Amino acid sequence: MALPPLVEPATELTVDEVRRYSRHLIIPDVAMDGQKRLKNARVLCVGAGGLGSPALMYLAAAGVGTLGIIDFDVVDESNLQRQIIHGQSDIGRPKAESAAASVREINPLVEVVIHNEVLTNDNVMDVFSGYDLIIDGTDNFATRYMVNDAAVLLGKPYVWGSIYRFDGQASVFWAEQGPCYRCLYPEPPPPGMVPSCAEGGVLGVLCASIGSIQVTEAIKLLTGTGEPLVGRLMVYDALEMSYRTVKVKKDPDCALCGENPTVTGLIDYDDFCGAVSEEASAAVQGSTITASELKEWLDAGKDIDLIDVREPAEYEIVRIPGSRLLPKGDIVSGAALSELPTDRQAVFYCKAGVRSAEALAAAKAAGLSNAVHVQGGVLAWINQVDPSLPTY
Amino acid sequence: MRVELNGVPTDVDTETVAGLVGGLTSAERGVAVAVNGEVVPRSQWHRALCTGDRVEVLTASQGG
Ligand SMILES: [Zn+2]
Repeated sequence: MALPPLVEPATELTVDEVRRYSRHLIIPDVAMDGQKRLKNARVLCVGAGGLGSPALMYLAAAGVGTLGIIDFDVVDESNLQRQIIHGQSDIGRPKAESAAASVREINPLVEVVIHNEVLTNDNVMDVFSGYDLIIDGTDNFATRYMVNDAAVLLGKPYVWGSIYRFDGQASVFWAEQGPCYRCLYPEPPPPGMVPSCAEGGVLGVLCASIGSIQVTEAIKLLTGTGEPLVGRLMVYDALEMSYRTVKVKKDPDCALCGENPTVTGLIDYDDFCGAVSEEASAAVQGSTITASELKEWLDAGKDIDLIDVREPAEYEIVRIPGSRLLPKGDIVSGAALSELPTDRQAVFYCKAGVRSAEALAAAKAAGLSNAVHVQGGVLAWINQVDPSLPTY
Repeated sequence: MRVELNGVPTDVDTETVAGLVGGLTSAERGVAVAVNGEVVPRSQWHRALCTGDRVEVLTASQGG
């Protein structure tokens, strides 16, 4: 189902613009009319990370008149494997500013709006209202549901994409024309069930595979060209090298865009997505130590069993000396319960403290009442105890 | 009954989408299921499967 263009055309293109965009202008389906619409378009990219990098760069090159960039993070060395809008000299710089500089270098005719802030319930409606279309390049479920809900409440289309290891998915969610994100995934997975890119890894170039689909769909929506990815989910498998689409219909029972919505405004997204499970938050009460405390315990020769609950690949990158590996999944499933200590106090740690909290809950349920976990995980150890170790 | 599950012919001992998902994962949350190329909304998971159905189980990921 073709849709009318989202944006009215600008009155004219300058001589410079005609030269710059000539390869678009000679495509009959874009032509002068489509390029003028791009010039008038206002697109917001949420997140200047893996997906945001190719999205912003191609939207800039394509001549989208106004590009908004919202990101509160700063560029880290571990971003550079995939976030190609940033470079070596940008490390430590706010991502929104670094991305804006790259956009200006690619195309000085684009007006860049920098939102160097966290997207929250307090500002999301205000920020989104200034744009015709939103591109979702965020890296956590809580923000993804917030972006969806705000877009639906404001009646705006948004181009969604997500990536993990070798797999990517993309779609256009637009409640006025089709399903929303909640129609496809009514709720996020239980906390700790699906790793983030920071925990599970992502093939760098996957960002380009999915980001380029998002840009293609944005351009089609803005100019009213072709068949938009509304009501279809693109599923990409880089290992098989297959792209396929499945149809997605509006769910009449969708909590947000269904016939009897129960969500009629923004909600508490951290609570909805559960940063840690209830069992884990109960288990850590009074059973949490800091990395510095762990160092004191180790220096004092305290008889503990230090257990790293991350994945083997993470353990190879960096670990706390004296630890042994027992992945969280095996502890929680019960498969590794026999490997938990019976005579010594167990001390769990992971990368940042979420997985170790889940492991702690399972261990306590199995009878290890004096077990503890390390707040902030190996990252806190590096930060507080041994900054010479690599972070990831 | 035999269906094609994520591309692999598989015998399942359930009649419904919900039963199939329940046999695969303990968590229904964060999962979408497509039957014959079309996602079945969560509210329709009681729907019956037929022999030979192409079933795809998709997992939500948060990375970006
Ligand atoms: Zn919906």
